[in-house]
Amino acid sequence: MTVGLVVVSHSAQLAAGVVELASQMAHDVALVAAGGMDDGSVGTSLDRIMAALDEADSGDGVVVLADLGSAVMTAEAAIEFLDRPAAACLADAPLVEGSVAAAVEAQGGADQAAVLHAAETAWSPAGSASPPGPSGPKAGGGAPAPLTSVFTLVNPLGLHARPAAALASELGALDVEIDVNGVDAQSVMMLMTLGAGQGAELHVSASGPEAQQALDVVRRAVESGFGES
Amino acid sequence: MADTLGTDWAIDWLRRSAATVADHRVELGELDRAIGDGDHGENLDRGFRALMAKLDAEAPPTPGSAFKMAAMTLMSTVGGAAGPLCGTAYLRAASAVGEVDILDAGALVAALTSARDGVVARGKAAPGDKTMIDAWTPAVDAAAAAQGQGVLAVLEAAATAAEAGAVDTDPLIAHKGRASYLGERAVGHRDPGAASSALILRAAADAAARNAT
Repeated sequence: MTVGLVVVSHSAQLAAGVVELASQMAHDVALVAAGGMDDGSVGTSLDRIMAALDEADSGDGVVVLADLGSAVMTAEAAIEFLDRPAAACLADAPLVEGSVAAAVEAQGGADQAAVLHAAETAWSPAGSASPPGPSGPKAGGGAPAPLTSVFTLVNPLGLHARPAAALASELGALDVEIDVNGVDAQSVMMLMTLGAGQGAELHVSASGPEAQQALDVVRRAVESGFGES
Repeated sequence: MADTLGTDWAIDWLRRSAATVADHRVELGELDRAIGDGDHGENLDRGFRALMAKLDAEAPPTPGSAFKMAAMTLMSTVGGAAGPLCGTAYLRAASAVGEVDILDAGALVAALTSARDGVVARGKAAPGDKTMIDAWTPAVDAAAAAQGQGVLAVLEAAATAAEAGAVDTDPLIAHKGRASYLGERAVGHRDPGAASSALILRAAADAAARNAT
């Protein structure tokens, strides 16, 4: 089981669309849309959110993403109504980017706190979210220089959403600090912001105990065209 | 006279709230159209009509259960920001009064205070932001000052202060909600949430005048 996600929006179509997008990268995650009102009009409904919270929780907790004003307030109220309010938490995150980042993180088996963190840092500059930062203690501590390499994207679509999610997820499982073209390669959102297409060069810099494995992961993924022709 | 209010008052308050919101639906919509998206009257009316249907089907046994029914229904049917805000007010009032059948002046003041605190916590607005808080805060202050004079005085003071507080939002610049995008252009318009809060608190006083025991 994984952490579940609930997407709350004023619009049923918007919530369903975000779920559709995020679930492409997270087949095993319970992603539940709670958009609009029971009568189909635009708005947010406590009943719908509470039903979605119940559906999304498989025991590992739920992270909630919400769009605007009353959606945020109604989601907060719904969480207060739970028998165990800690079972769900509301992410302070952009709806689309936060949902995608959270879904990828949940798919990788992360716990509720890590999924929340992924959502809330979906749109932050590389590195600013990770607690100590690569330029912190290890800079003066005699740590080895980062391993670097340059790869050229061969597949026609380049580093689009699906491979970005797969790569970030695989790298996320490694004990490594890794940047691609200056952004955190363990963040699917940051990889997608690169907009790297066919022929683009990826300048990779990795440090930490599993830096070499991480470079190998990137090499294999890029050279195989992310499994695409 | 025992000077308390009971479940009959709580239910009558909700019914009178529904009636006054319905009567002022168009007016609230016009206030909201001036500085918001125009749906405040419609949304609140839809919520209170849904609440009336529930009250017709099932009579809550205590004031607290009536408030909780109002909270759940408004949060599921209003749709706009007024849903979670009014719903939270009733929910916190329900928690404050607990399971008792009868409320004295002190319990009423505690319920109104908890309701106001809930709205503040949910909406993160401060007095002077041109929101429903600007009706609720003077209402709570006036209710507390009148506590020694009994339940009718508490609710009359709250309603009168809320009405004055709503009028006092006219010259304010909004700092919360859609009206905050208007800047100076919101000046001269009454906040619709403060106006509807004053209507609802007036309904509480009217219900008390009929139901005090």
